[in-house]
Order: sequence, then C-alpha cells, then structure tokens
Amino acid sequence: MNVLPRKDFNDVSLVLCGAAGQGVQTIEEILVKSLHEGGYHVFASREYMSRVRGGNNSTEIRVSTEPVNAFVDRIDLLLPFNQGVRQNIRERITESTVILGDKEELGEELSDTEGWFVDVDLLKRGHEVGGKVYSGVVAAGIVASLFGLDRSILYGFFEKRFAGKEEVVEKNRKAVDAGYEIGANMKNDKSLEIILEGKRKGEQSVVLNGTDALSLGALAGGCDFVTSYPMSPATGVLTFMAKNSHRFGIAVEQAEDEIAAINLALGASYGGARPMATTSGGGLALMSEGISLGGITELPVVIHVGQRPGPATGMATRTEQADLEFVLHAGHGEFPKAVFAPGSLEETFYLSQRAFNLAARYQTPVFILTDQYFLNSYYDIEPFDAEGLTIEKHIVESTEDYQRYVVTEDGISPRSVPGYGKGMVGTDSHEHDADGHVQEDFHLRKRMVEKRLRKMEGLKKETVPPTLLGTEDYDSLVIAWGSTRHIVEEAVKRLGRKGTAVLHFSQVYPLPKETESYLRKAKIVIDVEGNATGQLARLIRTETGFEIPRRILSYTGLQMSVEFVADELRKLLSREV
Amino acid sequence: MDWKIYDLEGIDIQWCPGCGDFQIMEALKKALADLELAPSEVVLFSGIGQAAKMPHFMKGNFFNGLHGRSISNATGMKAANPEMVVIAIGGDGDMYGEGGNHFLHTIRRNPDVTNMVHNNMVYGLTKGQASPTSPLGFKTPVQVDGVFEEPFNPLAVAIAQGATFVARAFSGYVEETKEIIKQAIRHKGYSLVDIFQPCVSFNKINTHKWFRENTYFLEEGYDPTDRKAAMMKAFEKEPYPLGILYREEGKKTFEENLACYVEDKTSLYRRERKPALVAQFLKELE
Repeated sequence: MNVLPRKDFNDVSLVLCGAAGQGVQTIEEILVKSLHEGGYHVFASREYMSRVRGGNNSTEIRVSTEPVNAFVDRIDLLLPFNQGVRQNIRERITESTVILGDKEELGEELSDTEGWFVDVDLLKRGHEVGGKVYSGVVAAGIVASLFGLDRSILYGFFEKRFAGKEEVVEKNRKAVDAGYEIGANMKNDKSLEIILEGKRKGEQSVVLNGTDALSLGALAGGCDFVTSYPMSPATGVLTFMAKNSHRFGIAVEQAEDEIAAINLALGASYGGARPMATTSGGGLALMSEGISLGGITELPVVIHVGQRPGPATGMATRTEQADLEFVLHAGHGEFPKAVFAPGSLEETFYLSQRAFNLAARYQTPVFILTDQYFLNSYYDIEPFDAEGLTIEKHIVESTEDYQRYVVTEDGISPRSVPGYGKGMVGTDSHEHDADGHVQEDFHLRKRMVEKRLRKMEGLKKETVPPTLLGTEDYDSLVIAWGSTRHIVEEAVKRLGRKGTAVLHFSQVYPLPKETESYLRKAKIVIDVEGNATGQLARLIRTETGFEIPRRILSYTGLQMSVEFVADELRKLLSREV
Repeated sequence: MDWKIYDLEGIDIQWCPGCGDFQIMEALKKALADLELAPSEVVLFSGIGQAAKMPHFMKGNFFNGLHGRSISNATGMKAANPEMVVIAIGGDGDMYGEGGNHFLHTIRRNPDVTNMVHNNMVYGLTKGQASPTSPLGFKTPVQVDGVFEEPFNPLAVAIAQGATFVARAFSGYVEETKEIIKQAIRHKGYSLVDIFQPCVSFNKINTHKWFRENTYFLEEGYDPTDRKAAMMKAFEKEPYPLGILYREEGKKTFEENLACYVEDKTSLYRRERKPALVAQFLKELE
C-alpha cells in the first residue's frame, strides 16, 4: 500500500517526463491549473533539452496544503510517457517512488530501478477515446482523481481551451473519465492513495513564473520599450511583452542582434522611453559596448540577464549563477550601476518595478539577474499590490539655456528629452562638457568622472537590505542570492538545526550596507551559490574584507535541490561541532 | 529661414581644410533651413569617424554614439519620440563597415529616419586604411598589396533590402546635394543618401576632380519608382549616377507598426503609465 505524502512530508512531489513535442507540457499545464483551482498550493519547475522534438524533458510539480516553492530531488510519483528517461531522473528514483506508466509504451524501461511500478493502460484508454494524444489526458485524470479533485475542474480546462469545438471537448472529457476510473480503482485496491488534509488559505491566489513576475514588474515600473534578440532563457520576457504589447501600449522589437537591441533601447531612452533589453550571458557580451555607452551618456536602461551555464554556448537550456561578476564588469570604463537578483516572485515583481525608477533617477544601467530555473518555475502567490506603486519619471522641461550634463552635488544632472521645452539636448559617447560636446580638457574629464561616480554614493544609500530568514539569534549564517532563496530556506528548515539562519541577497550591487554587520554576528558563515568559484563570496570579500571560506557550490547545469543543500550543510556544520 | 541659424559659435572645426564634410554640412544646414525646421526640432545622430563629428559643429539636438551603432540609436529615438526629425550621419566605415548589420536591418524596419553617409572610400579618422567602399587595388599602409575585397555597393544593397528612398550625391555640388537631402527628410520612411566626398588627406585617387569626372546626374525623365531600373543604375560605375535612384511612397514606417501607436500617437514620455493596468491584468488571472 502506497500512501502519499510520505512520512515526515506534507507535500507530494510529482514528476512528469517525456519527449519534447509530445504534449507533456500540456499535461503539466492541466495539472498545475487544476490542482491550484482545486485548492492546493502548487510549485512547478521544468528542465528541458535544447531541442524542439524528441529527447526527454521533465517537470516537477509539488502539491501541498502549505506553500511550496523550491526544487526537491525526491520523486513521490513519476509519470514517464516515453522511453529514454534520462539519468537525472533515474538517479532520483528510490524505493519510495511510485512509477505510474504504461508497459506497452515503456517496455522494460525503469524495471531496473527501485521504484514501485504501477502499470496503467494509458495507450489503450487513449485510443478508445480517439487516439494516442489522449493518453496524457487519461494520466492527468488519474492524478487529479488521486488528489480528490472534482472532475468538473478538468472539464472546465478543456471547455475553455477548445471553446466551440464540442467534439474535441467531449473526447477530452471521456479521457478524463477514463483516468478517474483508473484512479478510483487504485484507491479501491489500495495500490496508491494520496491524503492531503485541508486546503490552501487565503482567498486570492495566482500561479505565475519568474518570467511573468519580472515582466509584470517591469510594466508596473512604466516599461514601454522592449528590445531583445531571442536567447534562452530570457526569450520568455520578450514573448510575454510582445503578447501583451497592445494591451499595455508598448513598443516591442526583436532586433537583428544584441548590439542593436541595446542601442535601440538607448536611443529610445534618449527620446524619453523607459526601455528594457532582455538577454542571457552571450547576448550580454554583445551588449557590453552599449552598456558602457549607457554609462557615459547617463541614459536610464534596464537590462534583464537570464543566466544559463557558460562559457560561450555552454548549456543552452540549463541553469547557473555564474554571470554575477560578468554583469558587475560589463561595459568598459568606470560608471555606476545597480544589480538586483530577486529570489522570490514577489521580490522579482517589486524589484523589476523599482529598477525602472532607479534607472530613471540615477540615469544609468540597472540590471536584473535571474536564471533559467527561476524564469521557468511557477508557484502560487497572493497577487502583487500594483495599485499603490508610483512611476518616477525624472524628466524636466528644458529651458533655452538647458545643459544636459550640469555638474551637481549628487551627480545627477536634470534630464530632458528632445522636443520637451525650448532647449536642446546633446549627448555623447566621448567625454563631454555640460552641453554634451566632446572635449579633451583634463580638468573637465576629472570633474565628469567624479560627477558620474557620485551617483554611486546615492545608489549605495538606497540598497535593498538582504533578507534574514530564520532566527535573529543565529550562530551560523547561510548566504544565498538570486534564485536559490526558497531552496536554501527549505533546506535549513529541513535541517532543523537551532541557531542557523539564511541571509538572502536580492540586491547584490552595490552590496547592501547591512551586509557586514550580519556576517560579523555569525560564528560560522556558509556561502551557497550556483557557480564553481563563489562569485558573491568574492564580491563580499572585495567590498567588506570578510572572507567566507566555507562554500557549497553547484554547477552541474541543473538547479541545486533542497536535499543537496541540506546534505552539504549537514556535512559542513557537523565538522564545526 | 536663414541657414546660419544652424551655426555654432566659438568652435574649433576639426576637419582638414578642403574636406568635403564642410560642403555636406552646408548642404544639410541649408536643407533644414529651407524646410523651415528649427534646430530644436531636429535630432542628429552619429557614430565615430570624421563625418560623425558633424553634430558637434552645428546646432541641434544630438546623440553622438558608438562606431556603427548610431542608426540603431536613431531608430530607437524615432520610435520613442516620433514628433522629432531624425537624421543619422556617418561615414562609409561607420555605416557600412562596423554598422553593416544594422544598415541591413534598419532598411527592413523602415523607420522615418534620414541616413546620410559620407562616402570618401577611405578611413580618415584612423588615418588612411581601406573602407568597405575603397576601390579594388587601392593601396594603404594596411592594404599593402591593394584592396582585394569587392567594394560594398550601398545603393544596390539598399534597393534589394526594400529601402523606400535611395539617393546619391556628391559634396562638390552643394545645391543639388541640399535638394536631395530635403527630399530625403520629407520622405516618410528610411532614406539613404550616400554622399561622395573627397578625402584630401588620405585618398589621392578619388579626388574632387575624379568625382567630377566620374559622376553624372540622372537624366530628366528618369523614373525613380521603377525598382528594376533603379537597381540597374545602382550597378553603374565610372561614371556613377547622382540623384534619387529610387523612391517608394506609402510603406508603413517602423514606428507606425509598433503596438504603442495603434491607438495613441503621442510620444512615449508624454504618456501617463498606470500600474493599475497591471493590477487589472492580475485580477483577470485569479
């Protein structure tokens, strides 16, 4: 008898896997939407190969009555739809894993694993309804039935999806029914049962992923101009913006390359727009020249960098946190910048919004650093409070004697745009005078460098403090940044060690002023990062002199799991006692 | 309008005496004045090179950006702020070499931007290397055996790419150049004005005299709406045709195609952005 969740857990981790282009993504969508509508908290994370058809991709869906938002290795229920299940999934199958599959499709696949195989005739039932394509819906029906969802929720999904195509809707309903029949039998013969007591709290809840949260935050920040060259994993933001461009009245352009993308954005910024360029590490390499141009011309621009493993093409559809130092140094010369690295959907939304105001106020490039894992991971949250947000324009009407680069105490020169007022607006990639004209005056050069760098002092005063997760009375402190927030938080909870807290950085540059005092308070500091060299630890040492020799680093191309972090922490901390 | 309104006082113009850039700047100032455009209504974009210094020598809004990228800056500006008259100026190295890919794709985009390319067939700023339009066999301190790459044909490329205004001028003919520039500015959509100019310091072959002897104005009655004929003209060499080789009216501009201008024609910075729209979007997701 298999009962889920397993002992000591209050969530079920469900993994779907199959070839690209075979409908696995649709099943994922049905299940995430239906389980959420059925009153559960859901988390879904997708890993996929760089191919349009074939291969083997997987999605993990965690279902709980408590909020869930982090990737785990544990697989409670595995649904393989094709042969060719990859190593990263096979390694995670244990004797506690129930495998729900059709032997007719899978043959002896996975029979050498420790998992508990339940053979279900998905193909046959699918064909009875109308063809192989329906076998996935049968599987979704089984899962929904095991979670005790009302089948009308699934019906509703298809009625909406295939509105006006009653015949297709009816076939899907029949496939759902077939799944519910199998599910009921499994409960009856006690081969598998899922018991999750209670429902999600709170009335309003939406399921979003990192891409959605970032795009919506940008729009709430007044973003009205988006340029990009498609590159995984940052393309999702371009697609979201294009899809909603008419609704929000914004310009979206796919450029011929990232060089054009950043230069279109800077031109638009000069004209008064609030632009964003979205890319990944390779694209950022091409944008570096333009970022430097943004620095000297003092033009606001927001750059989203969705990280993936490098160097070069690296692993196109995988994840890593190895571009922090690249972003810090992107662009030749010295100029101020700010870098956000949000770790939750809420942070992503509010920091994306803030990025546009900050860029406008300080007239300089502002970065939002995410990664493939984060952009493609979904969970449910209470809707963001967008009503109370303000959009700061920081644009002045020019007078006849207007000068674009007046030297000021805080380094911020009032910014006008061409056509707004009686004056003229000059800007230059060379070192320039207050009018924006090129000058080779060495005293002027010094004044202008200092003027621009004074903006850094302002940016330093406005940093977003790191978030302390757990007890304030800590002796050991685990450092994380960006997408690993929820994972490290859950790992530390799972560890259950008294006096261990997490310090998560959602702004990594300028480094928040509170950083050092948090670190000095701890006896043991452990740095957790998704790269091979500990880039944040190095930044912290540079900025504060504080050395963090204990590090947990992950750079396989897959996101680190809660279990990995918990195990590594356990090893490190047991040595200390 | 008096074209002297475009003069900038107290400046040190860095071009060599006798440089064709002086005449091109005069033609541009006169064209703008003829069109009754005030300097505050015009934005000059440029990259890097001798030609690209022009915005520092005349009045107007200006964005002197990076080598090769100014046409992208200009396109972005026009898309954000379509009420301005936007002109992108550069040399053959800037626009056709470093900016070659942007040149190709800007034509496809068709922003309402006038692109003036000073074509002197040599690199001036970096002191005499070959440019993409240098003739075969042209010897320089770098091309020691003479240029062996086929010279770039900007007019043929522009016509092939679907440019809606393609013209060639010669700096020695200021009046005619002015007239071509005026038409280019008036044209709605991307316009290319390739302007032959001598480089008195580094090009001893394509001199003032050479350009006079190796160019001619398109005959009266030439039909610039005939794309095939324009392409044939673009392939002609020594003598090279001067004038408007091709023009096509009515094609939608880049900015007209953008979602932000479907319902509202005002420049983006003049609009009120409302986070409430995002709140509404989220509400519909629940």
